[in-house]
Amino acid sequence: MEKVYILSSLPQMFDSLLRDTCGLSNFWAVLIECVLVGLLVLAAYATLAIILIFMERKVCAYFQCRIGPMRVGPWGTLQVIADVLKMLIKEIFFVDRSDKLLYCIAPFLVIIASVGTFSFLPWSQGWNVLDFNVGIFLLTAISSIGVIGIFMAGWASNNKYSVVSAMRGAVQLISYEMSLGLCLISAVILTGTMQISGIVEAQTGPWQWLIFQGHIPAILAFLVFCIAGNAEANRGPFDLAEAESELTAGYHTEYSGMGFGFFYLAEYLNLFVVSGIATTVFLGGWAPVNIGIAAFDSVMDYIPGIVWFLGKTFVVVFLLMWIRWTFPRLRIDQILKLEWKYLMPLSLCIIVLMVICVSFGLTFTING
Amino acid sequence: MEDKKQSYFGEVGSALKTLATGLKVTMKEYFTPKTTEQYPENRKTTLHVAKRHRGRLVFKRVTEDEVNDPQIQKRGLKVGDYKCTACTMCERACPNDTIKITSHMETDPETGRKKKVLDDYQYDLGDCMFCELCVNACNFDAIEFVNDFENSVFDRSKLVLHLDKEKYQGGSLPNIIDGGADWSVGTFNTKTK
Repeated sequence: MEKVYILSSLPQMFDSLLRDTCGLSNFWAVLIECVLVGLLVLAAYATLAIILIFMERKVCAYFQCRIGPMRVGPWGTLQVIADVLKMLIKEIFFVDRSDKLLYCIAPFLVIIASVGTFSFLPWSQGWNVLDFNVGIFLLTAISSIGVIGIFMAGWASNNKYSVVSAMRGAVQLISYEMSLGLCLISAVILTGTMQISGIVEAQTGPWQWLIFQGHIPAILAFLVFCIAGNAEANRGPFDLAEAESELTAGYHTEYSGMGFGFFYLAEYLNLFVVSGIATTVFLGGWAPVNIGIAAFDSVMDYIPGIVWFLGKTFVVVFLLMWIRWTFPRLRIDQILKLEWKYLMPLSLCIIVLMVICVSFGLTFTING
Repeated sequence: MEDKKQSYFGEVGSALKTLATGLKVTMKEYFTPKTTEQYPENRKTTLHVAKRHRGRLVFKRVTEDEVNDPQIQKRGLKVGDYKCTACTMCERACPNDTIKITSHMETDPETGRKKKVLDDYQYDLGDCMFCELCVNACNFDAIEFVNDFENSVFDRSKLVLHLDKEKYQGGSLPNIIDGGADWSVGTFNTKTK
């Protein structure tokens, strides 16, 4: 049941435009496409960062009975741009007796991991930048590079706060990757593929999002994924790697200017990436809302996949912000207790439950 | 402390319950209308300053209603006169030496009674801590605090005011003495002029 959704053939159209209409050779066509895709990814990265930071400031303000930035631009919309300009013109200085090489590399590693995972997200049907057959596995692998960056930054800064924070960050990220991975595996069991486009493709059709398809285990997996993802993005009640009250700013204490900017960007984009993966895996990615009524479904199908994807992702982003601005920060032992004593066993149970559901055909499917 | 040891699943259950309570509280707060004042923008529209707010000290002037008051008539005051008798009760009550009163004695040619006459009532707004002890000490209802709060100037010497010389015309904003706009909780006070 290969269904073609709106705008899905756009990349092919562009490819044939370069090759057939302009008559370019394979080399030039691929080169132009690569450069364009790279630019698009980076532009989307920067734009989304600005949107997310603005959203965070407003949402946080509303949760705290404030109205947030109001002065720069209408309704404070230009505030983030002003902040970015400020950050760009700040001096980048080096800390005395720090490990210069690691100090310089660390922010780039963090941002590379963030951009790397970001480029995996399936924006719409046929719009995947990277679509390996083990996509979801590679995605978790690439996101782990960020831990090294955080650890390097803490170590190279020659600052006790930074080292403590880096230790916490590393131990937390390594722990929570466990349940994150296990939740993804339960989704892989359900869809039978590790390819990201395949996972989304399996969720098209009425009530086919994994969270409906896999009912109880999928909903549990989604919840665990959100908790673990929040921890993975170093946010919410799990932001003790940068616990301001204890560790000044944590591993990026000694960074200024764009060095700090990269960590800041990566933090917000990791939030988006985590929400994006949750959307892709559990909420159907770019798959439109289909409820089985032909008229309604065909209207929904006319909305492009990227709108669906961004819409769902921002809903999840809002959920995570809600959690972040509600709960108090956990202590390091509480964080590890939550992961190893509660989430990890729970996600193992989810996998077993999911296997039972799939092998006995207990999943929720409407054959249409 | 009472030991409230719970079972593994009991802990999970109570944790979820308390977390849900927290989420409910913040979600309610999210949709509560915000009360933040957009101050310089709303100066002339929705700004409310409580009447009892102590912005600065002014001399009370005799009003039309008060002229017929026997006390006022006895002292021979007309509408618009200040009521200060230079008794220096306020000066002595002031913990900061904010008020400096200079006066001289004058003999009434008709009755031969001696009477203090105010030369200068100097009030240093920059020194004042708005405790209102001077107003409480005044026996003649001659001074009061008003809620006129926009008092910033570029030169400290401009804060030294001579209350008997000036005719206080009301605050820097229209109706501010009456409290400005109606005070309302739960609205967007974001209207600009």
